[in-house]
Amino acid sequence: MTRPELLRVAGVTKAYPGVVANSDVSFAIAEGEIHALLGENGAGKSTLVKMIYGLVKPDAGRMTLRGAEYAPAEPRAARAAGVAMVFQHFSLFEALNVAENVALGMENPPPMKALAGRIRAVSAEYGLPLDPARMVGDLSAGERQRVEIIRCLLQDPKLLIMDEPTSVLTPQEVDILFKTLRQLASEGTAILYISHKLEEIRSLCDEATILRRGKVVATCTPRDRSAREMAELMVGATLTPPARAGGTKGRTALEVAGLSVASPIAFGTSLRDVTFAVRRGEVLGIAGVAGNGQDELLLALSGEVRAGRDTVRIDGAGVGDRGPNERRALGLVSAPEERLGHAAAPDMTLVENALLSGALRKRLTANGFIDWEATTAFARGIVEEFDVRTPGTHVAARALSGGNLQKFVVGRELLQAPGVIVINQPTWGVDAAAAAAIRQAILDRAAGGAAVVVISQDLDELLEISDNFAALNEGRLTKARPVAGLTIDEIGLMMGGAHGMEVAHHGH
Amino acid sequence: MFGGIDPGLLIASLMVASVPIILAAIGELVVERAGVLNLGVEGMMIMGAVCGFIASVQTGSAVLGFVGGALGGAALALIFAVLTQFLLANQVASGLALTLFGLGLSSLLGQGFVGIRPPATEALPFGPLAESPFFGRVIFGHDWVVYLSIASVAVAWWVLKSTRLGLILRAVGENHDAAHALGYKVRRIRVLAILFGGAMAGLGGAYVSLVRVPQWTDGITAGAGWIALAIVVFAAWRPWRALIGAYLFGGISVLQLNLQAAGARIPVEYLSMSPYLITIVVLVIMSSGKGKAALNAPANLGQTFHASR
Repeated sequence: MTRPELLRVAGVTKAYPGVVANSDVSFAIAEGEIHALLGENGAGKSTLVKMIYGLVKPDAGRMTLRGAEYAPAEPRAARAAGVAMVFQHFSLFEALNVAENVALGMENPPPMKALAGRIRAVSAEYGLPLDPARMVGDLSAGERQRVEIIRCLLQDPKLLIMDEPTSVLTPQEVDILFKTLRQLASEGTAILYISHKLEEIRSLCDEATILRRGKVVATCTPRDRSAREMAELMVGATLTPPARAGGTKGRTALEVAGLSVASPIAFGTSLRDVTFAVRRGEVLGIAGVAGNGQDELLLALSGEVRAGRDTVRIDGAGVGDRGPNERRALGLVSAPEERLGHAAAPDMTLVENALLSGALRKRLTANGFIDWEATTAFARGIVEEFDVRTPGTHVAARALSGGNLQKFVVGRELLQAPGVIVINQPTWGVDAAAAAAIRQAILDRAAGGAAVVVISQDLDELLEISDNFAALNEGRLTKARPVAGLTIDEIGLMMGGAHGMEVAHHGH
Repeated sequence: MFGGIDPGLLIASLMVASVPIILAAIGELVVERAGVLNLGVEGMMIMGAVCGFIASVQTGSAVLGFVGGALGGAALALIFAVLTQFLLANQVASGLALTLFGLGLSSLLGQGFVGIRPPATEALPFGPLAESPFFGRVIFGHDWVVYLSIASVAVAWWVLKSTRLGLILRAVGENHDAAHALGYKVRRIRVLAILFGGAMAGLGGAYVSLVRVPQWTDGITAGAGWIALAIVVFAAWRPWRALIGAYLFGGISVLQLNLQAAGARIPVEYLSMSPYLITIVVLVIMSSGKGKAALNAPANLGQTFHASR
């Protein structure tokens, strides 16, 4: 089956000061084709689609759309040419309602009332129900994505770009999304699908272009390749999955009982009656779609948000009403999701950042004075042990790439000889090699007798490293179950199912 | 009549007293809705006051005076726009510097104009309507700037709520990264908003020097810009509430003058500090609860935008 070519990208190059984001990239998409753009963080996927969407101008190379020269100067021109994009982040306005958000993404939106009607109609047609009058800040992550998709669909796009669309969805929601996308493709819309989730790409995409360090390193038909082959093309190296030492479990180190906390975050989710226990040497994986109480759970466990004394116990001692330093003294360390601004102070050096959380357990202060020598040694130790790529420990935290900073902040906590470790999104935005190293380090601490709680939205990661599995859904935590023997359907149900989504029934 | 105070006169004079703060507050409200915190309102007002005064004295026209005031305020705002939007300077520091700079510059410019009377701004001729009791004074007894101030509230409300321009402005203030990703010119929209805010503050300042006082002295705006800033927060960034807030504060300051004139047995100092005290109390009450006021602030207020992503 040969379909007419829709978009051709030929020899496109884009360089930023100090880094070549795209170098001589070429590929083509046919009408009605679902084409995967595959690569690690920093491989240049985002820059490439930003050029197609008119947000960034290429330094060299050309693009053609249906054979005609295509060089959008701004997103408006791209939208006029029939290119629409669903962003991974940064594109919805929480304090505006659904209809207003949709209108902002359209060239010539109809009056609000007519627009609301069309949103209702199109969202029902594709099985993605949405209320146009609702505030986006009150919507779940899955519903927010529907807003973005509907915004694109209302413009009858010929090419739909989707940037990591499934990172915030439950497995059931992913199924429904894929049905919607296949539906669209069968109607002739081409889809450029960006992801690093290989199984998804194998089940959804017709063709794949694999990028590494800004260059096209391979093209393949995903169905004919194994996920492992594609991963190795993506990384350019052989991957070794983390090794688990099936050690014995000790006594209970962290106990949480009936923990209910109001969310301190605007549009946040309050925790409701969260109960679980983790033994020494055990890893508890907590899954959940973003915004179901993950941030709040980390805050409540780290001590940034306080609750009743006996709602959190470390080695039997009630610490629910204590702050982070008192909990640290008892052996609990934590690493939040947001690296810059929460885990690390952006404009302070790595040494200073090492001091901020390590002062107590590593005894880096005496009589109110800082022992800079010991602090520098501690920071150097983290850099060496966790292979943090940095010119030195004197650089500001914000100068490090996401993956390197993540290795630093995780390493900083793990090197404090903790008894209890709480980590939210340990490998978010980290490339595969660094992610594997972080996971291995976590497993090593568990084997060394630490009780570990890993909160993550990456199911594969949780299944790989956890002993027990639980899910957060609207602030409630399910009962923890052993990972061995769990099916993906059961996990989906634990995460809250499909949130009222229905399968597309378009085209009747 | 009660306590020697005529309610009709009180309302009429509070409407006049509130004009400078309404104009400046509506300007600042639009600026803050676009995500920019300009603390230089006082400086822009006093630049408007001196430029308006000079323009009207030189041309002999009160209307041209107001035009000059708006231009003077906008010119000072342009400095702020360049500093914060192009050189990415800190908005709080730049705004404070703008106030100090405006106070100094206005004093320099106004040196030759002390003791002169500007051309008068008359009440609009409503004929017999202006003679009717109570309403004649309250509704039909004002100059055109009073009506302009109320109209500006209505227009700001309508534009923000119902037009695409207003939607884009709010979107930029709410999430500048998203607005940029959708292809809106964040910097251009913010610069225009800042210029509008400056022009409105300048108009307010000109009203002080041309109508309220009417003459030129150093520091003539006497903190009205700060009250305008406070009213924006008090109003939770909503235009009609800003009008109510401005009338409340205007009312208190007029009331204290009237009470003084009526010989109330309270020391004058307490009365003159009362509007400011009440501003503080209201702001504390508004920001203490985690209520709607906190949620309604534009999410990117005061944050520097840099198109790097």
